[in-house]
Amino acid sequence: MARQIRIALRNCGVIDPERIEDYIARDGYMALAKVLTELSPEAVIEIIKKSGLRGRGGGGFPAGMKWEITRKVQADQKYVVCNADEGDPGAFMDRSILEGDPHAVLEAMTINGYCTGASKGLIYIRAEYPLAVERLKTAMSQSRETGLLGNDILGTGFNFDIDIRYGAGAFVCGEETALIHSMEGLRGEPTVKPPFPSVEGYLKKPTNVNNVETFANVPVIINKGWEWFSSIGTERSKGTKVFALAGKINNVGLVEVPMGTTLREVIYEIGGGIQGGKEFKAAQTGGPSGGCLTKKHLDTPIDYDNLIAAGSMMGSGGLIVMDEDDCMVAIAKFYLGFTVEESCGKCSPCRIGNKRLFELLEKITQGNGTMEDIDKLRNLSTVIKDTSLCGLGQSSPNPVLSTIENFMEEYHEHVKDKKCRSKVCKSLMQYLVVPEKCIGCTLCARNCPVNAISGERKQAHLIDQEKCIKCGACMEKCKFNAIIIN
Amino acid sequence: MDLRENLKAKNAALSQKDNPQSIIQVKVTMATCGIASGSRPVYEYMKEELSKRNIPARVSQVGCMGFCYAEPTIEITMPGKGPLMFGFVNTKKADEIIERFIRKSEAIEGVIPMNYETA
Ligand SMILES: Cc1cc2nc3c(=O)[nH]c(=O)nc-3n(C[C@H](O)[C@H](O)[C@H](O)COP(=O)(O)O)c2cc1C
Ligand code: SF4
Ligand code: SF4
Ligand code: SF4
Repeated sequence: MARQIRIALRNCGVIDPERIEDYIARDGYMALAKVLTELSPEAVIEIIKKSGLRGRGGGGFPAGMKWEITRKVQADQKYVVCNADEGDPGAFMDRSILEGDPHAVLEAMTINGYCTGASKGLIYIRAEYPLAVERLKTAMSQSRETGLLGNDILGTGFNFDIDIRYGAGAFVCGEETALIHSMEGLRGEPTVKPPFPSVEGYLKKPTNVNNVETFANVPVIINKGWEWFSSIGTERSKGTKVFALAGKINNVGLVEVPMGTTLREVIYEIGGGIQGGKEFKAAQTGGPSGGCLTKKHLDTPIDYDNLIAAGSMMGSGGLIVMDEDDCMVAIAKFYLGFTVEESCGKCSPCRIGNKRLFELLEKITQGNGTMEDIDKLRNLSTVIKDTSLCGLGQSSPNPVLSTIENFMEEYHEHVKDKKCRSKVCKSLMQYLVVPEKCIGCTLCARNCPVNAISGERKQAHLIDQEKCIKCGACMEKCKFNAIIIN
Repeated sequence: MDLRENLKAKNAALSQKDNPQSIIQVKVTMATCGIASGSRPVYEYMKEELSKRNIPARVSQVGCMGFCYAEPTIEITMPGKGPLMFGFVNTKKADEIIERFIRKSEAIEGVIPMNYETA
């Protein structure tokens, strides 16, 4: 049985998130006490660096290095920002951490403030997470009352306080520069890096931005030591990763596994396999910025570097499982549709390019694609990746490239044979009555919303393909399995 | 270190008061996923019924345990025993858990295997 190890989720489902006592009883705020009374900021940064902790929000940037950069910049005011935007469709890791263990994030942000020299923390969270917001607020007032947040924390003279900022649920606002602009009251549009937020961020001051899950790991690393943390995981990816399992998997839910666990272990041992015993086709990691992993990747250890090598990325941890009933061209179209909606429109490769990608995919799923269209998809994807301003555009063609790379035969079928093997692309299918099976009960004809079915009572019926809108109502109604999809 | 000893001692006392080892611990998942599948009535039910039926227990709300497919989930720890997790709990199931599992220590259906260790 594959192991799950819960570090970021250590208290989720264990403690009452609305009681600080529960958190403290499980060594909560011990790391903060140790840091404030025994360790210099440099020593703490050294521990985080040695632990090998990398950012869990997508990019995988070494956390300790970011803390050090922020510390070294001279400024009269610095900020700590917790990125709780979580815009990746299907992902809910950060929400679960905030709802189940809000103090862990507060504690880690305070430790970060001590290390970087910031006295102010901001949590950027989407307004669609009301329960997480409520629990954060409760946690904040409890830790203020207990002297663990605010002025003169634990009597050490260190001051640090935290505020909440709300996002409106735009995917691009998870990108750190856009997030900062959104907090400043400006449009949530990214700007070119450098300058990186660590150097020039919120209100032009050095700002250390980390993800919720990244922060949640910090107190345990301090308490248990970097040696312990770095003993888990692979060579260049230490610790664990939380994944939100979704899609055609039996045990939809949250899992936390050591880096280096294989996809097979996650899907079959922890996730309980594919629904209805169907066949695994692909798993999307990294959401709209990632790519799909296929059967040939089932035994690849999951870590930052292997996912990149496989044409995907870690992303924030959404893991969507697809089976034989999913059409990969339609999946690519789904993600591009998402990107087109969420692109901020600031730069043309992303604004116009993704729209063109979407139109090409639409053309192919409607059976009007040509082989040149597949080449165009590839070339345009490369241009968009190379020329977009921010990470959204730089990664948005990944679902297209990776489905072409891994499922070229499905693209070919759509283009050449005008067929969708998964029976998803409606334009490519026909509902047909099998005359031998049809007893002429007329039920289908009476249920067809566009009167596309004709036939006499007790005679085989016929579907007029010109009129049929492929709603599937007839097939659902027929009691004799006389209607099939071609 | 003083401060930490202090914190720890303060809390040992606090948690002793709330959850002595002799009491049954009931944890109901109350994250967005759990509440959406109906864990709040289960939480209220467990709280009320256990006290009505004179079974001393601490019923608490907790965050996501990760078993979204089986929500609402509740975890029960009998004194001196390891925790057991039940899935797909409604008030009817909760009644069965109280009467058969808690009162009579009978094995009942609906237990979810837990396959993780915690840091
Ligand atoms: C389009 C886009 C969306 C992003 N969304 C998120 C998000 O929802 N949450 C997050 O933590 N990071 C997100 N990021 C990454 C952030 O820009 C940033 O790298 C991260 O918050 C840094 O924290 P970390 O190093 O702890 O991961 C996104 C990046 C891009 C390009
Ligand atoms: S790449 Fe897309 S989301 Fe990013 S700045 Fe350009 S238009 Fe906006
Ligand atoms: S419902 Fe089925 S059996 Fe009845 S007329 Fe239609 S196709 Fe024939
Ligand atoms: S699929 Fe819908 S529109 Fe087409 S024949 Fe059947 S009921 Fe009519």
